[in-house]
Order: sequence, then C-alpha cells, then structure tokens
Amino acid sequence: MQLSGLRRTFPGGVPVLDGMDLDIAAGSFVALVGPSGCGKSTLLRLVAGLDGPDAGTLTFSPPLERTRGARNPIAYVFQDAHLLPWRSVLDNVALPLELAGVPTPERQDSARALLKEVGLGDATSRYPAELSGGMRMRVSLARALVTRPRLLLLDEPFAALDELTRNRLDDQLLALWKELGMTVLFVTHSLSEAAYLAERAVVLSRRPARVMLDRHLALPRERRPALRAEPDFAREMGLLLQALERGDSA
Amino acid sequence: MKTWFPSAALAPLSALAVLLGLWEGLTRLLAIPAWLLPPPSAIAAAAVRDAAPLLSAALTTGRSALVGFGLSAAVGVLAAIILSSSRPLERAFYPYTLFLQTVPIIAIAPLLVLWFGPGARAVAASSFIVSLFPVIANTLSGMRSVEPALKDLFRLYGARRLAMLWKLELPAALPHLFTGLRVASGLAVIGAIGGEFVAGFSEDAAGLGILVLSAYRQLRTDLLFAAVLAASGVGLALFGAVSLTGARLLRHWHPSASDS
Repeated sequence: MQLSGLRRTFPGGVPVLDGMDLDIAAGSFVALVGPSGCGKSTLLRLVAGLDGPDAGTLTFSPPLERTRGARNPIAYVFQDAHLLPWRSVLDNVALPLELAGVPTPERQDSARALLKEVGLGDATSRYPAELSGGMRMRVSLARALVTRPRLLLLDEPFAALDELTRNRLDDQLLALWKELGMTVLFVTHSLSEAAYLAERAVVLSRRPARVMLDRHLALPRERRPALRAEPDFAREMGLLLQALERGDSA
Repeated sequence: MKTWFPSAALAPLSALAVLLGLWEGLTRLLAIPAWLLPPPSAIAAAAVRDAAPLLSAALTTGRSALVGFGLSAAVGVLAAIILSSSRPLERAFYPYTLFLQTVPIIAIAPLLVLWFGPGARAVAASSFIVSLFPVIANTLSGMRSVEPALKDLFRLYGARRLAMLWKLELPAALPHLFTGLRVASGLAVIGAIGGEFVAGFSEDAAGLGILVLSAYRQLRTDLLFAAVLAASGVGLALFGAVSLTGARLLRHWHPSASDS
C-alpha cells in the first residue's frame, strides 16, 4: 500500500494532512502514533475510502477491488465497539457478510468460527448489552475479520478499556494477525501499545501531521508479556517518546 | 417483580383511598347536591347500573381511537422515512407538521364532518390528526440520532439505501418511535372523544363522548363521571398495550436506551 502526497483540509481551512507519504508492505503490522487530534483518524478514513483526499494518491498493490456490495477487502475497527444493540452477537458479527449478500447459513458459520477464535464461542446468542466492554470489543474485532480482509484498520480500538483487558486484547490481536496474515494499520496514542504490537512504528507530529519517525522496531518477532519489562523494549519506547515530543513542540 | 408490585402500588393506592374517603365524607357532610358533585359511591353505583351502555360506548370509542392510532403509527413512520431521506425536504415540510400539534381539534371537527360525514370515519380522522405529530417528531429524531460511526460501518460494507434504512436507521429509531407511540396512544383517545362531540351522532359512532353529552343534558352527573373514568380507562389500556409491546421489542437494549 502506498500513500503519496496525501492532503486533506477540513472545511474552514484547517489542514489536517499536508502531503503525507507512506509505504506499507503487505502483511506487515504498522502502528501509527501521534498526539490527539493530529490527523491519525483522518488518515485511516482516507485509507478506508470513507473520506476522499483533496490531493494525492492511494495505491494498493496488488490492487484492491472495491466494488459496491462486494466483500470489502478493507475492515475498520472503531474506538468504541459500535455494535447493534438489537442484534445478537452472532448476527452482529455476520453483518458485513449479510450486507454483501452472503446466504444465511454460510455467513453464520463464518461468524461462529470467528467468535470461537476471539474466545466468545459460547456467547453467540447473547446481546451486546449483556457483555463487558472487553467482550464487546472482541465482538467488534470478530465482525471486522469475518470478511477475511486484506487490510485491517484499527482506530484506537482498546483505548477505553482497562490496562489488563487491553493487554489481553493486544495479545489476541497479534495471534489473529499471525494466523490470518492481513496487513494491519493500528492507530494509538499509547507508546507502549505501539511498541508491543508493531513491527514498525510511525510517529506523527501535531496537525498538520508529518512523519517524525518511521522505525522498524528492534524487537523479537515473538511478543510475550514479559517483553514489556525488558531493556530493549524501554529503549524503543524512549526513541518513540523523543520523536513524539519533537513532533509536539515543532 | 413479585416484591416490586405491592410496595410500589401501596403509596398511590393509599392516597386514592384517603382522597375517595374525604370526597365521600365531604359531599355527605356539606349536603352537596348529587347533580353538582356526586359522592364516589354514587358514581360506582351508576357505573354498575349502566355497565352495558358504558361498556358499549367504551368499545366504540376504543375502536375509533385504535383506527386513528394505527393510522398515526403507519403514516407517522412513513412520513418520518420520507422527511429523513433528504435535508431540504425535511426543512421544507417539517415546520408544517407543527400545524398538527397546534390545531384545536374541536375547531376542525366540523370540517371532518363535511368531508367524511358524521360517524365513525370522522371520529377516527379526528383521533388520527391529534395523535400524528408525536409519531413523526420522535421517529425522525430517532433516525437522525444514529451514530455516524455506524453509518460509516454500513457504508464501508457497501450497504444500499434500503439496507441502511431497514437494518440501521429504523431499528435504531425504535426507542424513540415507542416514546412517540406512547404519547400518541393517549392523544388518540382524546382526539376520538373530541371528534365524537361533533361527529358522533350516529349509530356506529356513539361512544363515550356522546354518553358524556347525554349524561350532561340529563344532569346525570354520576354517569358523566363514570363515562369520564371509562374514557381514561380506554386511554390507559391503549397506553399499556403500546408500552408492553415496546418493552418486549426493546428487551435486549441497554436500559438507558429503552427507558426514554
């Protein structure tokens, strides 16, 4: 995936992105870090096709087919779970397939399989109001993955959860990434989450967002909770923090 | 539920008993004439004696109110769907729906008689006009309050306009819709009785409104009271049915969503 010269100005003349260039290799896990309101979400929305850039191009290779009604190869996870309260967990997860016209038995099988992956195999007939925040987020993750997307976009997905739940979900996300092999673009304002999850971290400055640091993290491929306490991890976080501070004062 | 009922019902029931006792005692003590203010016991006696005409009138009014309410629900939701389909359309027509809310039904009831002839159709039309506005207003605000992220989600998966409406906007508007329907259910009975005052003088439309008028002309104040109570009973029955349906449909929602 290649972004070049991406520019987006909001009504009122506020430039959010002013010529953003970024290359992302297929199958990689990239974290996008930056201060709040720097344009991370705008960038994700542009990539998802929910918003159009004022200038610049977005190219995918191999190209992504994005026809209306077909299975979208791009999935998006929002800051909140955003489930439909009138639908069971199973029907929530099956929604993307339903909108793409997949027959009921097939889409329910896919949804059931993914719910099992995220550890909610026995919650299929429950309703969102009966679930904890962490469980709701896992349903949301399952819904995003049910279409087997080639690109998964996550916009500060676990920010509202407590730290323990968040760490568990981070591990779960990593396991799913390894298994399914999609490209992941993960937006967060947490440096430790970025360092723990990603192969590559991109630190953005304040608005209009510029790339302050683009670094392949020197950490083992296999991430375990113990990593968070190791000196290598602290060093990487230190580098990210420096870049973040430079971007915030510039 | 079992423990909830007696304790919650105790306070209003005791208040009612005290009020009725005071009413009964004072009317007797001050020797207030029964045509002016009958004691509760006389009202109860009249309700028993005239149970048959009361029940038949209540059923007639209930039927007219039900027709008016049903039309309001159907037309109101449809109008909300149409108005929500475009901002310019909503801006152009929504102000005129306010006319429905401010129109004094007694004033236009003669028009309804001219158009529909005296009888049940004019009464139902009156009930419909009075109860339509809250359905439109609440459904519309419900459809407008869908979270933008959910619309993005549907757009991301290529949802067509119709899928957006059926699978997102209408279900999301359900709590609001039922708030509107609860208000409309009470108004539908008020509209029906108002309509009967003007258009109810025919065999098929002689409901509680007509009973109130004839009891008034004969100075049967006890029967008049009984008819008023029956009218509020019809309203409560309709309200209860709507609330129960709403609670059933919204049982999976978070309490905050279905409380409204």
